[in-house]
Order: sequence, then structure tokens, then C-alpha cells
Amino acid sequence: MSLFGTVGIILQLLIVVALSPLLIGLMRQIRALMEGRAGPGIGQPWRDLRKLMRKQPITPRGTTEVFRFAPPLLVATCLAVAAAAPFVTTASELDPVADLFAVVALLTLGTVALALAGLDTGTAFGGMGASRETTIIALVEPTLLVAIFALSVPVGSTNLGAIVTSSLDDPGQVFSPVSLLAAVALIVVIIAETGRLPVDNPSTHLELTMVHEAMVLEYSGPDLAMVELASSMRLTVFLGLLANLFVPWGIATTGAPLVIAAAVLAFVAKVALLGACLAVGEVFLAKLRLFRVPELLAGSFVLGLLAVAASFFLA
Amino acid sequence: MLTLWRKIRRSGRVAEPAPPRPVGESPAAAAQFGGSVQIRHVDAGSCNGCEVEIASAFGPVYDAERYGARLVASPRHADALLVTGAVTLNMLEPLRRTYEAVPDPKVVVAVGDCARNCGVFAGAYGVAGAVGDVVPVDLEIPGCPPRPEAIVAALRKLTGR
Amino acid sequence: MNPVSGALLGAVIVGALSAVAGLLLPRPARSAVVGVGIAASGVAAVVAGVAAMAGQGASLALPDLLPLSGVVIGVDALGGLFLAVTGGVAVATGIYGMGYCTGGRHGHRTDGRLVQATLPLFVLAMMLVPVAASVGTFLLCWELMALTSLLLVIAEHRRRPAVASAGRWYAVMTQLGLVAILIGLLVFVSNAADGTFAALRVAGHHLSPTVAGLVFVTTLIGFGSKAGMVPLHAWLPRAHPEAPSNVSALMSAAMVNLGVYGIVRVGFDLLGGGPNWWWLLVLSLGALSAVYGILQAAIGTDLKRLLGYSTSENMGLVLIGVGAAGLFASSGDGTLAGLAMAAAMLHIVNHAAFKTLLFQSAGSVVYATGRRDLDDLGGLRVGMPRTTAAFGLGALAASALPPGAAFVSEWLLLQALIHGLPAAGISAAIVMPLAVAAVALTAGLAVATFVKAYGVGFLARPRSPEARSAVESPPSMIAGMAVAGAACIALALLPILVLPAIGAVAGGVVDSGDPVAVTAMTIRLVDVAGSLSPLMLAIALVVGLAATLAGARVFATRRAARAARLWDCGAGPLSARMEYTATSFAEPLQRVFDDVVQAEQDVDVTHHQESSYLVKAVEYRRRVPDRIERRLYDPVLAAMAGWGRAGRRLAPGSVHRYLGYGFYSVCALLILLVVTR
Repeated sequence: MSLFGTVGIILQLLIVVALSPLLIGLMRQIRALMEGRAGPGIGQPWRDLRKLMRKQPITPRGTTEVFRFAPPLLVATCLAVAAAAPFVTTASELDPVADLFAVVALLTLGTVALALAGLDTGTAFGGMGASRETTIIALVEPTLLVAIFALSVPVGSTNLGAIVTSSLDDPGQVFSPVSLLAAVALIVVIIAETGRLPVDNPSTHLELTMVHEAMVLEYSGPDLAMVELASSMRLTVFLGLLANLFVPWGIATTGAPLVIAAAVLAFVAKVALLGACLAVGEVFLAKLRLFRVPELLAGSFVLGLLAVAASFFLA
Repeated sequence: MLTLWRKIRRSGRVAEPAPPRPVGESPAAAAQFGGSVQIRHVDAGSCNGCEVEIASAFGPVYDAERYGARLVASPRHADALLVTGAVTLNMLEPLRRTYEAVPDPKVVVAVGDCARNCGVFAGAYGVAGAVGDVVPVDLEIPGCPPRPEAIVAALRKLTGR
Repeated sequence: MNPVSGALLGAVIVGALSAVAGLLLPRPARSAVVGVGIAASGVAAVVAGVAAMAGQGASLALPDLLPLSGVVIGVDALGGLFLAVTGGVAVATGIYGMGYCTGGRHGHRTDGRLVQATLPLFVLAMMLVPVAASVGTFLLCWELMALTSLLLVIAEHRRRPAVASAGRWYAVMTQLGLVAILIGLLVFVSNAADGTFAALRVAGHHLSPTVAGLVFVTTLIGFGSKAGMVPLHAWLPRAHPEAPSNVSALMSAAMVNLGVYGIVRVGFDLLGGGPNWWWLLVLSLGALSAVYGILQAAIGTDLKRLLGYSTSENMGLVLIGVGAAGLFASSGDGTLAGLAMAAAMLHIVNHAAFKTLLFQSAGSVVYATGRRDLDDLGGLRVGMPRTTAAFGLGALAASALPPGAAFVSEWLLLQALIHGLPAAGISAAIVMPLAVAAVALTAGLAVATFVKAYGVGFLARPRSPEARSAVESPPSMIAGMAVAGAACIALALLPILVLPAIGAVAGGVVDSGDPVAVTAMTIRLVDVAGSLSPLMLAIALVVGLAATLAGARVFATRRAARAARLWDCGAGPLSARMEYTATSFAEPLQRVFDDVVQAEQDVDVTHHQESSYLVKAVEYRRRVPDRIERRLYDPVLAAMAGWGRAGRRLAPGSVHRYLGYGFYSVCALLILLVVTR
């Protein structure tokens, strides 16, 4: 239990929990400005969460413990990943958990909990959201694991700390065809897993177009606050992984306070920049029909396969 | 994509500057919202005139979202019900159930003359009554239809921004 | 008499005694005694297996017991692993079967003399297959296993006609598999000194590549069919739903493993490894089984058929590991070969645990409601909380998510495949990414399958009167599920309990060192970089959950919770018909994979007599057939039926014609003898 590792974990948890709603706020504000509106300010999601915590909890009749415990489990998976992944420091105390396969599987566990909660409500919308979400997860898995494969070949390991350290030691690796192909494949995967346009519209009101929102139609009050916090934390965690796997400069490898402070700033800046690019891109995109999404995911799978082939033939 | 980008550059900011804060009493529950109000719109039997004005209120020109109000799909996610139209017989029970589905603290806003007192449809055979006869109403917005500025002013009373 | 032979002998004796008891005892005591007997022999088998894996072997030769070949028993580490797995499954299903065979309110009794006597014999045969050390003994035990399982599968054939058809398919495919194994092993024996495995091992190094290839392919066909390998899997989704649930659990969790045992024994041990194409064949067939099996499971709605296809999928994953191990071994990379083999074996152990639990809970549902179709179930949480929890645990394990059991073995398998890229050349460069993609697609579809099975079958509201009136199972069934559940949890959180022994066995099979270094907290790979801590992951989740709940309590305003009606858009009451069914849940997947699945639809419209513009009734039927059966089996069966019909013309019933056949064939024979003199 080193001080460096412990400080790293605490800082990462604080940043991810405190700043992820601000990331959503930033994305909504950018979208508003591009649409010519004034927007509510980037602090609005925190006001929403604060108000939700003041609301009355409602237990729908006929639901079981699965419905009650899915939101805390979802938040717990995001917290576990935020603590383990190398966002601010490379030496996490939870290093044996910081395996890329384990991290991805943990995030999938959160989605599964929410899908089961959707089915537990017994309403048609809940089932529909669960069905669509699990279809998308099933089709995203091959791309995700093949992209992880491509990332692990130059390093010889799927440990997140090892991959980040290897990118730090060899900056030119970032511009290799392997990295670029894997990055594009991972961007499509992140869009699918976090439910952003063009795979899913997080602000739609039409239930028949919903994927993620349909599973949470029945939640209210503190449960809904947990679900919304978890979804913003997932986006932050995914963007943080994308940033630090490919562009890790700024991450703290030693325990000096100045270095750690710089690492915090670098992480926040990278995630904010990626979020802003995502928000700008979303303005130009419309949601794809559900049955066109597999075509998009198949295309990203081909890119992932090409990345692996490149890592072998160009090694 | 480029045409859209050029249009964005050309339009710039479309939202009009915010008018001064509205005066008048806010409903008691509004104090707990703290600048964030999620709104579920219910059409209890409206001619859709009020809906057009609400859409305009949330559009770029008046931009009600900048004051912290947001439209949501499920009443469980909502704090306020925005009810338009006189309550028809078929919408009597659904409106009650929607009101029950909203968690406390909640407010009901009656938008337009039909919601307030049935407007031109008072006494019609398909109308059960005004919104106030079915669920307790906290705020009323007069007009047939009310102007978007009036709707935005009422929402600002709820959010306090 | 060392522990291994003592425990094995004890297992055999207790098993035989239970069979006799099942035959002789009256009805009330019969199932209890048989159940306890099976559990006891299972415990003895586990002891024997664990001791064998620890290095103690045993062997026994009884040349006079059987004519022509005698009986040779030899327990080594590899056999010990499968012996232990079989024993563990027997313990859980023995206890479970005590309550299950009484039939339940809607189910059917299976405590007749024949079934109760055959059950211990089936378990006994499954224990003896991995310890057989000569071809004669092996085939004898294999056939005993096949016959006893057939008798158990058709246990309920008088009540349901589908059982008889399933039994026929199972019988024919098992016997065809036996013929294939027989041909392979006999070709092998003909090139060796005698039929014992020791002699075969010696001869295996000197076989010509053609003969070795022939032996391997024929035994692969036979053993692969037993393991549920696609395209020889057609018996599995038919036999598993129709058998009683404790038998299904035994078949799925213990019997199919013996197919993999056969492939590993013949391929690695007796033939001493082989050229690349053998293992590429195994790997591709494994990948095909995994993807096809889980796709059919994702789309199906029959709970037990879904679990049967899931067995096919898991055996496919195991065969991917075995194939990868063979590839790495033949290219000289011993550590990776050991790692892949360890992953495959750990997956066998994990699969045995969670598949037993899943079949037991499915049996519990059948016991309480008499229904197997997910579209008729639902809302079982209220009446059957323990079964719901058990199925949830099994489903978590089966979907390869942390903190489930199968996550660890899939992680090991993926690590083996990933690190194999630089080593084995261009063929590996193409095969490994595709194998990883297959494993990934399988994992994703498994998540969809088990979310569907658990969510539609157990949660929300009941869709039929039987589901509404379901009550919890009797204590013996709960106890059986508890044993399997405890095994699942132990394997998920503390792989140190089994992984060192499995690593040693895997290293022994591929002739390398121990591929994993395990502590109570972490699994570390040897010679390659990689580590995982399932326990730390579970602790992190629990701490996160506790922190979230505490945070919610601290930051939320204290308000009394209110029970409310589900949000149904304010209109009428929500009926059970409005819930999502398993068919609708799987519909997007079925559309995406429509080229493979090709569902068949029938729409029958009945018009009114008076006018064809008025519709009286519309009937819609949709079936998702097994596409491989349609494409591969139906033409073969049609051809055989055609042959049979053509052959009938040769035997029209006239005695004169038959006498003529005799006369002409004797004449032809005489002419032939004269000419070839």
C-alpha cells in the first residue's frame, strides 16, 4: 500500500465522481451554443442531481430486489473502474484489477444490471430497452476484444498500467497504423457502449427510439440520480481510457505533488477535449435505425481486425 | 455537413437576451427545486395551439432550458406537469395516474385558458372539467394560446433563475 | 492400497450397492437411498481424483474379468481431474435427485425401479471412463455410459411423445460416435503391441502421419459428437430438454466433458501431439460450436434447450483452448500450450459447477410449474425466491462476467490466444484474431442469452397460471442447488482452490512447467505478462456498492418511500401479455443473424364462409429450426430413406424371388471360385 498509489486512487475517484456531471454539462452547453441557444450552463447536471436527491423514492409494485439494487451496482462498477484504471497515476494499488479485459467486463456487468432492472419492471418499454441494449453489447464485444488484442501486441500484456507506460516510453507508437486503426475502432465502441449518437439518442422523448433511456423510465429520485451519475461516470471513464491508452502524456509516474497536480489537469483537459469533440460531432449526426447499427459495428470490427493484422505484419 | 456548418456560423446566437426576473409568488414546492425543473407535458384534450407555443418556448429564440427547465419523457423523472387543454372524459383517469406517478415534491402548471377554466370548450359533452377539477393546480398561465414569454416567465418562477 | 485406489474402489462399491438398492427397495426409501448413495460415491470419486491430481497414481489389471481384453484400470493426473469433476457433479445431483424424482405438482415421477437403478450405474460408468487404461476397458465403460444414459433420457417416454424421438436421435448418434471411436482405436491398436494405453503410447510415436491422422480424425468425430461439437451436436438440444433434470445436469456437466477427455487423451497423450492441421481443425470446430451454440441459445425460448445449446457453446470454448494448446505445443511454445490447456481445463471445472446449478434450477421450475417455455414463465421470484437466486448465480457465472466463475477461465483463454501471436507464424496470425473474435462474440451472446433467460423467466410478473401458483422446491432440491452454488462461488472468488492442481495437470499433458502462479489473491501468468485478481475485483465491487448505498443514504433527503403503480402511460392495467417475452427479446438478434438462423414462418388465415374479405381467424406460427440439421442431416436422412425405399423393391415378398437370389448368388460364388483358382 504505497502513498503514491493510494493518493492516486483517491484523486481519481474524486475527479471522476465530481467532474463527470460537468462533462455532460459541457457537452450539452456546446450543443446548445452550436444550435444558437444560450444553454443552462455546465453546472446544470449537478443541480439536477441535487434536486433528485431531494425527491421522494418510489417503489413500483411488482418489482424485485434486482430493480432496487441495479443503480447502486451500476455506480459501484464505475467506481471500481475509476479506482483501478490509470487516469492520474500509472501505479494503482488495484493493479491486478487493471486488466483491460477485466475493466471492460466490469462495465458490461453494470449494463447487464440495468438491463435486468428494465426486464424486472415488466413493462414493454423496459423489455424493449433491455433487448436492444443487450443486442448492441453482444455485437460490440468482438470489436472491443480485438481492439484490446491489437493494443496488447506491441506491449505483450493487457495490463492497463503496462500499456500506458509503454506508450510513455515510446511516443512514436501513437502514430503507428496499429494505434490509429485501434483508436478508430475504439471510438465506435465507446459511442455504442455509452449510448451516444448515432447509436442512441440520450435526449429523445420517443420511447420507440430509446435504447438506454427505456430501461430507466421507471426510476425516480435518488435511484435516478445514481443512474444518471453512473452514466456520466461511464462516459468519463471510457473517454479517459481512450485518452490515456493512446495519448498518455501528462500522467504521473512519480509521487511529486507538482507532477500529480499536472497529471490531474492533463486528465481533465484531455477528457474535456474529447467530450467537446464528441458533442460537436453529435450535432451533425442523426440516430441510426437500430438495424443499421450492426453494420456500423461490423465496420469497426473490420478496422479492429486490420489493427491486429498490422501489429503482426508490421512488428 | 459543410452546409450545416456554414448555417451554424451564419446564424450565431439566436436566443434573445433574458428578460428581467418575473415578479410574483412561486409555488411552495418550487423552493426545493434549486434551479432544476424537469417537466412532463400532458395533453389532456388540447387543440395543440398551446403545444406549438410550448415548443416555441423551448426553441432557440426563447430557450427555456437556459433557466434550468428541461422536458422529460417519463413522469417519474419529472417535477412539474405542464397540462394543456380541457380535461376530456378519456383523459380523466390517465391525467390522475400521471399525477400519481410523479414523485414529491411536485407542481402542476395549467397552460392556457382551456386548462384553467375550459376556455371555449366549457360545457361541451366530451369535457370532464378544467385541470383544477382533476388534480391540484399550483400555477396558471392565462392566454389562448399564451405567448412563449408568458410560459417562460412561469417556468422561471418554478426554477428561480 | 493408496488413497486413490481405496477411494475409487469405495466409489464403485457404493455405486453398485445403490443400483441394487434402487432395484429392490420399496418406493419411499428408494430415491432417498439412491440419492445418498450417489452422493457418497461422488465424494469418494472427488477424493480419488484430487489425490490423483496431487501425483499419486494407481493401476490395476484384471485380465480375466473380460474375455479377449481384460480390464485394465490406471488413474493418472489427467484422469483424476475428470474423475473429480464427475464426482462433484454426482454429489450435487444425487442430493437434488432425491426430491426431484417425486415429480412435483405438474411434473412427472421418475422414481421407478428402472430409473433409480440405472442412475447410479450411469454415474459409475462416467467415473470409470477416465480411469480406463486399455482400449477394451475404455470402450466397455463408454458403451455402458451410453446405454445407461439412453435409458435415463427416455425415462418419461410414456407421457410425452417428444421423449421417444429424442431418445432415438440420441441412441443413433451415440452409436455412430462409438463406431467412429472404435474404428480409430482399432486402427491404432492394430499398429501397437496390445490394447493397453501404455502400449499405444509407445506405438504412437512411430505411427505414419497418415495413420495417425486417420486415428485422430475418427476419434475426434466420435468424441466431438459426445462433447456436443457442431456439426455433430444434433442430439444435445433434443436429449437434454426431454431427460429428467437431474439426468440433464449429469449429462451436461459430467458426460460431455468425457468427449473432451477422449480428444486430449488420444491427441496429446497416446499419439503424442501432432501436426498443426489437427489442432487447427479442433480450434475451428470449437469456434464454430461456440458461436453457433450460443446463437441458437440466444434465440431459443425453451429453457432446457437453451441450456443444452449453452453446453455446446462452452464445450466449443474448451475445444478452442485445446486446439490452441496443440498449436502452441507443435510450434514448441510449451508455456503458452500449458496456459491454453489450463484455461480449457479450468473452464471444464467451472462449466460443471454452473451448468449443474442452472439445470437444477431449471428442473426446479419444471417441478413447480410443469412448463419449460420462457414465454409461459416469469414472476417466479415471488413464489420461488431460492430457485431465483440460484439461477441468478448460475447465470452470472455462465455469462462470463466478473465476479462469476467463467470469467476467470475465459480470461485465461484470452490471455493464451493473445500472447500466441508472435510465436506461431502466419497461420496463427490469421487464426488467433479470429479465435479471439469468436470468443468475444460468444461472450456477448452469452450475456444476451442469460439476461433473457433470467429476466424473462424469473423476474417481472407471471405469464401463466402455473407460474403464478409456483411454490418453492423441497429441501433436498434446495440442498443440491446449494452445493452447486457454493462450488460456483468458491471457483469464482478463490481459484487458488483448483488452479494450482489444474496447472500441474495441464503442464503434464503438454510436457511443460506450471503455466500459472496462484496466490490467494492473484493469478499470475508464468513467462508472459498478465495478472488478475478475482477476489480483489469482488471486494472492490462490494466496497463500491456499500459506499454508494451509504452515500445515497447520507445525501438523500429523508422521505418515506411510496409504493406506486407501474408507469403504463396512464391507460388500462398492465396485463401479463404486455410484458416482453423471450421471443421478442431475441428478435433483434434473430434479425441480425437471419442468414444463419433462417426462422420459418407460417401464416394461416381463415376467412368467413360468407365473404373472403372478412377474416375469422389468423394463426401465426414461427419456428427456429437448427439450421445445421436442416442443411446437413435432413439430406442425409432423406437419402437413407430413399435407399430404404429403393431397397424395398428387392424384397417384394415372393418366396420364389428369395430362392432365386440364393440360387444365383451360389452360382456366382462357384463361378468366382473356379475363375480365381
